[in-house]
Order: sequence, then C-alpha cells, then structure tokens
Amino acid sequence: MISGKTWCFGDNINTDLILPGPYLYRTQEEQARAVFQANRPGWVDQVAPGDAVIGGFNFGMGSSRPAARSLRLCGVGFLLAETINGLFFRNSVNYGLLACECPGVAAAFAEGDVAELSIADWRVRNARTGAMLAVTPVPSQLLAIMQGGGIYPLMAAKGLIASA
Amino acid sequence: MGMTITEKILARASGAALVVPGEVAVVEVDTAVLLDLSFLPEGWREVLKVHDPSRIAIVFDHLVPAATVQAATCHKTGREFAAKFGIERLHDVGPDQGISHAVIAEHGYAVPGTVLVNADSHTCGAGAFNCAARGVGGPDMLWAVTTGSAWFRVGETVRYDFTGALRPGVTAKDLFLYIAGKYGAHVNQNIEYGGPGMSGLSINARRTLATMGAEFSAEFTIFEPDDVLVSYMRDRTTRPFEPVLPDPDARYADRRTIDLGALEPLVALPDAVVNQSVPVSEVAGTRIDQAFIGSCANGTLDDLALAAQVVRGRKVARGTRFIVTPGTQSIFRAALKAGYIETLLEAGAVVTPATCGACIGGHMGVLGPDEVCITASTRNFKGRMGDPSARIYMASPATVAASALAGRIAGAEEVFA
Ligand code: SF4
Repeated sequence: MISGKTWCFGDNINTDLILPGPYLYRTQEEQARAVFQANRPGWVDQVAPGDAVIGGFNFGMGSSRPAARSLRLCGVGFLLAETINGLFFRNSVNYGLLACECPGVAAAFAEGDVAELSIADWRVRNARTGAMLAVTPVPSQLLAIMQGGGIYPLMAAKGLIASA
Repeated sequence: MGMTITEKILARASGAALVVPGEVAVVEVDTAVLLDLSFLPEGWREVLKVHDPSRIAIVFDHLVPAATVQAATCHKTGREFAAKFGIERLHDVGPDQGISHAVIAEHGYAVPGTVLVNADSHTCGAGAFNCAARGVGGPDMLWAVTTGSAWFRVGETVRYDFTGALRPGVTAKDLFLYIAGKYGAHVNQNIEYGGPGMSGLSINARRTLATMGAEFSAEFTIFEPDDVLVSYMRDRTTRPFEPVLPDPDARYADRRTIDLGALEPLVALPDAVVNQSVPVSEVAGTRIDQAFIGSCANGTLDDLALAAQVVRGRKVARGTRFIVTPGTQSIFRAALKAGYIETLLEAGAVVTPATCGACIGGHMGVLGPDEVCITASTRNFKGRMGDPSARIYMASPATVAASALAGRIAGAEEVFA
C-alpha cells in the first residue's frame, strides 16, 4: 500500500498546463518547475514527494510531450483520474509514473485528503472518509514497465540504447 | 466476429486473426517518424542499433530554421543519427522542410493498411490515408526505432457516416468543430469516418479532420479508403499497399450520421477545443490582435487558396497581425506559383517558412499578455501560443482571414454568397 496527500485538479487537465510549450527545450528540472504555472501558480513549491494527484475526465489530454515525467520529477507519487488520456498514459508507463483510472475518484476526494492505494488488490481508500473505490487494473505487462522506472532501463538492458 | 478498420489493421500488424477492445496489441511498425523534438537531450539517448533504417523518417519541424541554440542542437543530433545509420528520409531545413504530418502526406510515407508512429500527437492525421497512425511519446519512438514494434491498448470505435456535401465557405475545420461541439471527447476510442459523403471531401479536407482527431483525445482516427485515396497514394509511393475496409458486421460503440450540407462556420471559444463551438455570429465583433493560419491541420494548399480568396483586393486591419505559415516548403512553392502568396502579401499578411511556429508558441507569432488571437491551427489551450493570459479562438482559414481584414472576429459569408 502507498499513501499520499491529494491535490485535486478536475476535468480536462491538458499537457500544455503540465508542461508549457515554451519549456519544451529546457532542462527536465526547469520543466518540473513550470508545472501548472498557468492554472495553479506556486503549486510546485507546495507539492511534497509522494503526494497524489487526483484528476477528473481525460487527464493529460493534448500533446506527446513528456508531461508525465514532469509530474514525476516534481514529486508526484501517483496519479488517479476518472479517465486518463491515451497518450499521457503511454508516457506514464514509459517514464515510470504510477497512473491509474479510477471511476468515482474525483468526487470521493477533497483536496488534502490522504489516498491509500493498493495495487495488489486494485483499490484506493480515502483515509479521512473511509470510502473505498475500485481502481481499473493496468495490464500486467505495462504495469511492470511503469513500476520498473519506465522503458529507458529496459532498452538499456537490451543493449538498444546507451545507459544513462 | 467483425472488426472495425482500426481493429483489422492492428490485427494484421500483430499477426493475429482477431483483436478486440480491451486487449493490448503488440504490432509491427511500418514507419517511424522522428522530429526535431525527438532529439532533445533530455529525452534522446544514443541509439546502439536500429531495427530498419528504411522504415525511419526524420522531419525537423517544431523550430525550423533553428530559433534557439537548443533547437539547433537537436537538429545537429538528428543529422548525426541519420548519418550514422544511413537514414535517407531526412527532411532538414531546406526545400523539403515542413511539418511532419504534412511531409508524411506529401511523400506518401503513410501506407494504407499499416501502422505508423510519430512523436507528435497529431500523427492521427495520417488516418486520412487509411493508415493506423498514432502519436506516441519520445520513449515509444526509441522503442519503435530500435525494435520495430509498438504496443497499443485496443479501444472501441465510434463510426461517423457523412452524407451530402459541404456548402461553399464551410470547411473540414467547421465539420470538426461541429463534431467536437456536439459529441465532445472520444477518450480511449477510435474514430472511423466513411459514408456516401466522405468521397466528396478532398484529401486535404480529410487530413484536416483526421489531424484534429487528437483534439477529441481519440486513439486512432481513420478514414475508409476510396478511389481518390488509391490514386493519391499511387502518385506518391511505389510500395504495394492493401487498404482496409471495415467488416460488414464490425462492432461500434456508436454510429452517427452527419449531413455535411447542413453545417455552418463555427468558432471554438478560448482555452479548450471540445464542447466549445459556437456560430461565428455569437462572437463576431470580438477585437483581435493576431490572426494565424497554419499548422499540420490548416497549412494545406487548399487553406492558403481559401485565405487568398477571402483577402483578395482587400487589406488587413491596421493594428492586426496576420500570419500565414504553409505546412511545407513545397506547399509554399505551389502557393507562390498559383499567386496565393502574392495576394496574401498584398493584403498585408506575413508569410513565414513552413514550421510549427506560432501553433505551438515557438516562434514567428508568439502571443503576449492579454492578447487575443483567432487561429486556424490545432489547439487553443491556455498558454498554447505564448503568454497564459492570451485568449485564443479557433476557426477555419476563411473565418480567420475575414477576421484579419476586420480586426475583429468576422465571418466570410459575403465572399461565398
Ligand atoms: S503544427 Fe502544431 S499541432 Fe501540428 S505538429 Fe506542429 S505544433 Fe503540433
């Protein structure tokens, strides 16, 4: 079980909010400092390592940019959303951000509640209210990459790319 | 059990007789397209082996010619990578420069019935060619280039059947805005376009609509094949291809019919694309600082022709910047020969070289604080084209050109009356 203090973001959070275009050519660290600067300036100074992001419908809609990496780098421990955009989900797998769909999650958490996520039985519990929700399982072959730190270590181990 | 077009292509590419929604399909990638952004030092790693250099294309597009040292560095890494592995399809700054999706269209890189991946979300534009094309992330691209494969979660498909024909002055962009306004997002779903009205849409119109599929958050956006497609492809590739039709008993999540003749020009309100469409009249008169026509969705020769038709013999309003960016340099040359560029310049437009440019707030048309822009491009998210306080309306090239003349949001009806 992992737990994290929640930050609630609502529906249709797009990649331009998570990783603004002007930062695409900057370093990963600079990108991580720009997360949500348009919709929640200052958030990157408030989020603590291991915190959870709660999203609504179509979280991560938009571009193929490495927005999932930015979330991971600014300390997000896991992401739960009603639905996750397909391209953002791919990047979550590949950059090792634990990201799962969980119908009902947006209504079940108020900001600051603690979410207790159990991957073993695909459930999340709100520590304040006691509410328990089913989390949609991530296919096992993708979960392995997601939890193994993403796809880069895998490619390096196969001798396809140079190690970092 | 019957399959949709997307399911049939994924099945073919994964060597399976059948794929069904919910599965993860591991497929053979026919073509992998890398961009300048693919070579960002923060994501790129030195590649030790590639699966097949002849299946790779490299297109520099987001910041060309290089606007920053970082962009120049990406281009340099890309050139070195191409040279190291003998990748011939390199679209560098020069005569065959362009936005990757437009370059793919022009050169017939998206082969009907196959799978194409590209590191950009608007890759689905190649669905116009009956190709299962999907934007993936940088790491997926490294995987595709080195292993020749990719994975996809198979989603359900929504089918759209078109009847009738678009009226003059109504474009594929308006058709997109209609669908986006009425049906909203298609998260984790595929879109399939067909029906008796489909063949009346030009390849460029199909590309606009397929490209905008990314804004529905769709997985694959794909058109049925027809004679128009087959002859378009025969002119551009010597490779044999086998287009894919859906099975008669294919299973769809929903099936929707749209009468093209009933559509009118629409505008999307700022900050989001879907569920934001209103008739032009509802926002007409809104003052603008900038009007932009370009991007992978609206930088086609047809778009430039339409813009030229609207501004011919007239002048862009004082205090309004009208920026036009062709999708590729070859579109630029064709528009020059056809006289469109001269018409646009005479009217007061600034025509830039082919690049993503203003579409992504990269260069040549970045918006300042509190500015208002109307754009014929792909996205109007907050901060997309520059400062987060800028407001971005989205419409067809005809509406954008008419707005540039007025200095306010305006329709182009009188031109097409
Ligand atoms: S033109 Fe715009 S939407 Fe298209 S690839 Fe470039 S940045 Fe992306």
